[in-house]
Amino acid sequence: MLPSDLKSESFKSYAPEARKLAVENLTALRQLPLSFLPGMLREVIEYDYKFPAERRSLDKEIANLRSLSHEQLQQWFQSFAQIKLSQNLERFDWVNSPAQFVEQLSSHLWTTHQLDTFRTAAIDYADKLRVAVPPDPPPPIGRLGIAVVGQDVSEYNEALFRKLRPHGAYFTKIKPENGLPQLLETVASRAKTHPIPYAHWYIDGGQEAAHDPGLTTVSYNALEPTRSALLDRMRSEVARPGNGPENLRTFMAQVRPADLGVKSGDAVLDRFRVKLLTEGSGTQIFSTSFTQWAARESLRRAQPLTLLVRFAPRQRQKPMNEMLFAKAEQVELDPVGSLVDGDMGAYYNWINQQRLPGEEQSSFLVWFEGHNIAVAISPTLPRGTHSETPADMRELLTMMA
Amino acid sequence: MTYKGSSPQELARQLALTRRDFLRTTAGVALGSALLPSQLFGHSAVPEKKRKVVVITFGGGARDQETFAPEGQENIPHLIKDLIPQSTFFTQVVNRGILGHYVATASLATGVYETVNNFASIPPEYPTLFEYFRRDLKRPASDAWVVAPSNGFNRIGESSHRSYGPGLGAQVILPKHLLSAATRDSADYAHLLRDNYETPLYAPALGGSEFELQQLGAMLKLSVEDFKSHALTLSSADELSVYIAKRLMRQLSPSLLWITMHDIDIAHAGAFSLYIDGIRRTDRLCLEMWNAIQSDPEYAGNTTMFILPDFGRDSDEDAGGNGFQHHRTGDALSRTTWMMAMGAGVREGVVYDRPLGSTDLVPTIGGILGFNASLAQGKPIAELL
Repeated sequence: MLPSDLKSESFKSYAPEARKLAVENLTALRQLPLSFLPGMLREVIEYDYKFPAERRSLDKEIANLRSLSHEQLQQWFQSFAQIKLSQNLERFDWVNSPAQFVEQLSSHLWTTHQLDTFRTAAIDYADKLRVAVPPDPPPPIGRLGIAVVGQDVSEYNEALFRKLRPHGAYFTKIKPENGLPQLLETVASRAKTHPIPYAHWYIDGGQEAAHDPGLTTVSYNALEPTRSALLDRMRSEVARPGNGPENLRTFMAQVRPADLGVKSGDAVLDRFRVKLLTEGSGTQIFSTSFTQWAARESLRRAQPLTLLVRFAPRQRQKPMNEMLFAKAEQVELDPVGSLVDGDMGAYYNWINQQRLPGEEQSSFLVWFEGHNIAVAISPTLPRGTHSETPADMRELLTMMA
Repeated sequence: MTYKGSSPQELARQLALTRRDFLRTTAGVALGSALLPSQLFGHSAVPEKKRKVVVITFGGGARDQETFAPEGQENIPHLIKDLIPQSTFFTQVVNRGILGHYVATASLATGVYETVNNFASIPPEYPTLFEYFRRDLKRPASDAWVVAPSNGFNRIGESSHRSYGPGLGAQVILPKHLLSAATRDSADYAHLLRDNYETPLYAPALGGSEFELQQLGAMLKLSVEDFKSHALTLSSADELSVYIAKRLMRQLSPSLLWITMHDIDIAHAGAFSLYIDGIRRTDRLCLEMWNAIQSDPEYAGNTTMFILPDFGRDSDEDAGGNGFQHHRTGDALSRTTWMMAMGAGVREGVVYDRPLGSTDLVPTIGGILGFNASLAQGKPIAELL
């Protein structure tokens, strides 16, 4: 099937809002090349479960396509149209399984040495879109990212935060008492002042601390029953004769919150939480990988105004099968390795935050939990400096505001 | 470190220049000229029949940030202080093929960008260097060996090519597979039996001419009990590979030995500290192999050793990836690697920054050992011949 063959009925299995979006824009969708369209449908099919920021972004992208004439569309997608696809890809049910199609397309691009052409086409499209679609207005307040690392590490003598220090002020006389509650207070205060859905997040790699119920929360420990249920299903899939990596990926892509007994009353957040485990790599076994990936995905998808991420000790490395299928009581922890993971994870949180609109006004804080060192990055603080000013977390956040 | 450039080629060039500048200032190497392949350092001093080559792939996938960039140097002290001063170093080796470990290693071994399924137990399509070596030089099976990390690599020794293929390739040892068979997956050895990190739950079923447990005693003069007890002293799968490689050198002295390291690929699980541990261990094991060569009379003075990654990993700057964790974006940094050559016929302390292809390795080894890699797509590296 080719995009030009699309009809309204093609989208009958889509959720209501996704179906409406696709049908209303059918004329534009039918003119897009097959090397591009399933990538867009992968987003459209999830429309009912998307965060507001994602919906806005997709709405604008599709509105732009609709505004282009046939000739303009041909010009915009000329490079994509030149990519040669196989008959297998053309026969694939890309309308109903766009994510699986994209995975097969990726494999096809690698093996036919067309990946660079595709990358160039994708970058060119993104550049054109950036020019054509007005950027989001800056957020109502500067974004604030916070990373807390090193839980349960009593002593560590290696240098920390080396990648972040050049971008902010390195504090070495932080007063650690009540640090986490003070940080959570600030997050809650921002949520009360700017009560925007999914705009204020708290992600914990272990047991979440007491926090304001108005925050959007994800924690590794709270997801333990979900993780166990998923691993049980993975084990069954792996044991099935003839199954391989592709089948497992397809299975994982099709897992829905209800399959794992997840029902919090917030379908968008339930879907997000389950996807962290089904789409992330290593998120099923290492809490630090889970935490970094959860932060990345929340920033990419929900574009929060406030994000507090606390890394907790992950399990010590063992053979993969053993880690995947270990019982909770058998887990041995690696706090120091997790500190190193968290240090890099914090750097990635900052990079991902800086990709969002309003980056000049954004602030970021990373703190070695229970200790006296932190890096604060903010328009109000000089870059690449060292401060011995004693400050608790509340005072430090005031300096950053 | 960030690289700004308008094209992948420009990014690759910038990366190469950064490596070169670092090596010149830190390791004290000189800038080489492509026009100056000195015969004084040529291979002619060693009779062709006595020449040996050892290849180590610095796998699976390490970035400059964690190796040759200023902040990464602490992770590769042995490469920098011990090996680079003795080597000819190429700062820009570009892999234009598929960035999966099995298929990329197969491409390195054939000199052709292979397109075989990365996760299936199938041989490369084009002849491997082992087949050229054995057929052209009429060498026995015991003269070409591969030590590889996991079941996924068990077909790397010989291709499916109709003019070469079965019976002409290298013997392949999968130390983890051997240990698993010897110990029946006992928990004591679990740390050495780590899996394929790209598809951790699946390893292709074995097939081909891999080394069997009973051959331990016959060929390596190693009892199963000694193998098991030594394995207990090791901390990783790559350490096990080096142990077996050294045993091979001592007992059989193969002229062509290929070792594929893989510990670094734990990065796929997203734990940065484990990825760094893998790099540090691989750095140490490279020196261990070089020292083993120097201390073995069958190898010292007549062996050329190559160390090169199969490819890099995604950059932090590419929003399509997740930094060090994967090698999926195909960006310039994940494609641009390096290579060092040292030992017989190689000038010491020289750095070249002209671009090479990953596929240039096989014809170069052909030039050293005297076989004709007729179907390889790469070109012999003049600076090493």
